Amino acid sequence: MLDRLNRIVSTLLAIALVLTAAPAHAQGTIKIMYTDPLSGPFAQVGDQNLQQFKYIIDYINGRGGALGRKFELVSFDNKSQPSEALLALKAATDQNIPVIMQCSGSNIAAALIEGVDKHNERNPDNRIVYVNCGAVATELTNEKCSYWHFRMDAHVGMKAETMVRALPKDVTKVYLLNQDYLFGQSVQRDVKTFLGKLRPDVKVVGDELIPLGKVKDFSPYITKIKASGAQALLTGNWGPDMTLLIKAGMDAGLDIRYYTMYAHLGGGATAIGPAGNGKVRSVMSFHENIAVETGKTDTEGWTKQFRSTHDFDFYAAGFRTIFEFLQAAMNKAGSADPVKFSAALEGLTITDMLGHQVTMRKADHQILSEYFVGVFTKGVKYDSEKTGLGWRTETTVLPKDLDQPNTCNMKRPTS
Amino acid sequence: MEVLIVSLLNGLVYGMLLFMLASGLTLIFSMMGVLNFAHASMYMLGAYFAYSISRVIGFWPALVIAPALCGLLGAIIEMYALRRVHKNGHIAELLFTFGLAFIIEKGVQMAWGLLPVPYRVPAVLDHPLFRIYGSNFHAYRGFMLLISALMFVAIWLLLTRTRIGLVIQAALTHPDMVGALGHNVPRVFTIVFAGGSVLAGLAGVIGGNFLVTEPSMAITMGPIVFVVVVFGGLGSLAGCFIASLIMGLVQTFAVVVDVSFADLLARVGLHVTSATPLAEFLTIPLPRVGALLPYLMLILVLLVKPRGLMGTRDT
Repeated sequence: MLDRLNRIVSTLLAIALVLTAAPAHAQGTIKIMYTDPLSGPFAQVGDQNLQQFKYIIDYINGRGGALGRKFELVSFDNKSQPSEALLALKAATDQNIPVIMQCSGSNIAAALIEGVDKHNERNPDNRIVYVNCGAVATELTNEKCSYWHFRMDAHVGMKAETMVRALPKDVTKVYLLNQDYLFGQSVQRDVKTFLGKLRPDVKVVGDELIPLGKVKDFSPYITKIKASGAQALLTGNWGPDMTLLIKAGMDAGLDIRYYTMYAHLGGGATAIGPAGNGKVRSVMSFHENIAVETGKTDTEGWTKQFRSTHDFDFYAAGFRTIFEFLQAAMNKAGSADPVKFSAALEGLTITDMLGHQVTMRKADHQILSEYFVGVFTKGVKYDSEKTGLGWRTETTVLPKDLDQPNTCNMKRPTS
Repeated sequence: MEVLIVSLLNGLVYGMLLFMLASGLTLIFSMMGVLNFAHASMYMLGAYFAYSISRVIGFWPALVIAPALCGLLGAIIEMYALRRVHKNGHIAELLFTFGLAFIIEKGVQMAWGLLPVPYRVPAVLDHPLFRIYGSNFHAYRGFMLLISALMFVAIWLLLTRTRIGLVIQAALTHPDMVGALGHNVPRVFTIVFAGGSVLAGLAGVIGGNFLVTEPSMAITMGPIVFVVVVFGGLGSLAGCFIASLIMGLVQTFAVVVDVSFADLLARVGLHVTSATPLAEFLTIPLPRVGALLPYLMLILVLLVKPRGLMGTRDT
């Protein structure tokens, strides 16, 4: 009796499973797989990205989505592990999801590029496009470039060039300080390269690598920087390595220009505080006052709306560009099939929310967009993290100025 | 010369902060024979408590209340959890504090979020105290030096001039004998654990706004404090004090002294080129590895003098 009941129940379960696992490729939403750390020490990054993506997708869907269909985000926690990101890829391809998106960690990005390449080669009828929303290692669109990988953020070389271009004429002595690992070393190398190219008059009076996340008291470094006579400090440090460095500088009254790449991201403004007024600068793709400065009232209203419904500031203008690119490419190709819309995405130019012409460069699938250097200061319309201080644009670098050469030699699909 | 004096001051401030953290741990370690992994978590809690309290009633009350809260929490942990675990030996205690550290970290993340909190130096102390060779010496650094020096004197007086201090000292070196003499050793344990937590909490209150108050502050501070305690030696507050200052000064001067092995070899006439074996390693400048020197010193001291600098007994 029990046996029979068991059999009936399991049969019913099997039927239910078959019914719920309906083909995901059917007409309906266009799914995008998003994978980033959503737990662990970097969960905050993934979480804030996710909230901004949701806000953007609602907006894009409100404007017709693509092909008359709506975008839908599927998220997958990769715990900052490449192996977990590959599981996300597997989950995406199993459901015929056309796009996988990932923002943090170049090591994870490299694993994904390889995984996507292999998958697409073996499964010509179920391909997937990888949209990189923030893994910045320069190699990813050079030595390691792939047709299926589209990078929608400036790479380290472009950020370094932006930083160098922002140095005013009267600054002739700079001090470099970076974290001793892959990213910090490439910032160090690229900043020096562009200094040589664009500002041969600038002398590097100090060049330091620090152990990642180990230094608590930066005042000895400040003493050295002071002794070197530097007028500006250039650093790619992030997290406590950046905030502690700046705090130590402020405490010691080291009155120079601090150029960073990450002071504008989550927690930076809070940790630096009012002491950074007028001294700290950051290389960034966006801050909320740009729209005010350039009179883009619709964009200003749109980010203000985000501010009033979330407990942090909107920083991801590039994410909106991603979805505008996907929307345009799919509409142009008339299809959400990765083979077709990827071909339409190559070389595509659209106008972003700040009114600039941004291009997905065909040769290496690297986005060319404007970049900014902002200064952390009082008296701006929108402050950061309720500190009373916010960012004001000091330097704008146009897409054409960041059109750096590349060494990519990608294999395009033949079919 | 000016770099020397400024670095000396910086090293002193950092060393004293380390001492505030390490002194509590060394007491607990000496008495219970267990490295308390949750000690740095108490430091973190001290900073977060102080942040929350200072938003309501200001920094000065927080300076007293936050460490007291940490002490209370420490007492509760010791009486209701650690004491039970204690029966099962040192390994169980160690694992217990290890787990506790994770739980406290997660709790802090849930209560205060993942981002740093704006815990700031009070306005009265937020100005340069004096200028030395063009560098400001911040008033808050002076305040930290003062607090930690007061703390050192207070602990020293407590341990050497009071009855409970004598019992604690005795229990540090001869716990069994103290118990046999009829003293309530479990209560002494509670007092020491709570006292250690108070010290860690105090370090958090004044270290949290000096550095940055965020959920990873415990993990990043933990290892270096263990190094200080083991380096200084078991059962010796003086050893702990000296070790803290050494670690503070070593890390500070390692940054300022820009030499590598290659430079030292060049002094004696050996020139390192890219063809030399281990050239990569030999040319690493000292500042690049400065933060790792304490760990190297830990290994060396354990090899040469296993009891630590001024240790009086084994675990």
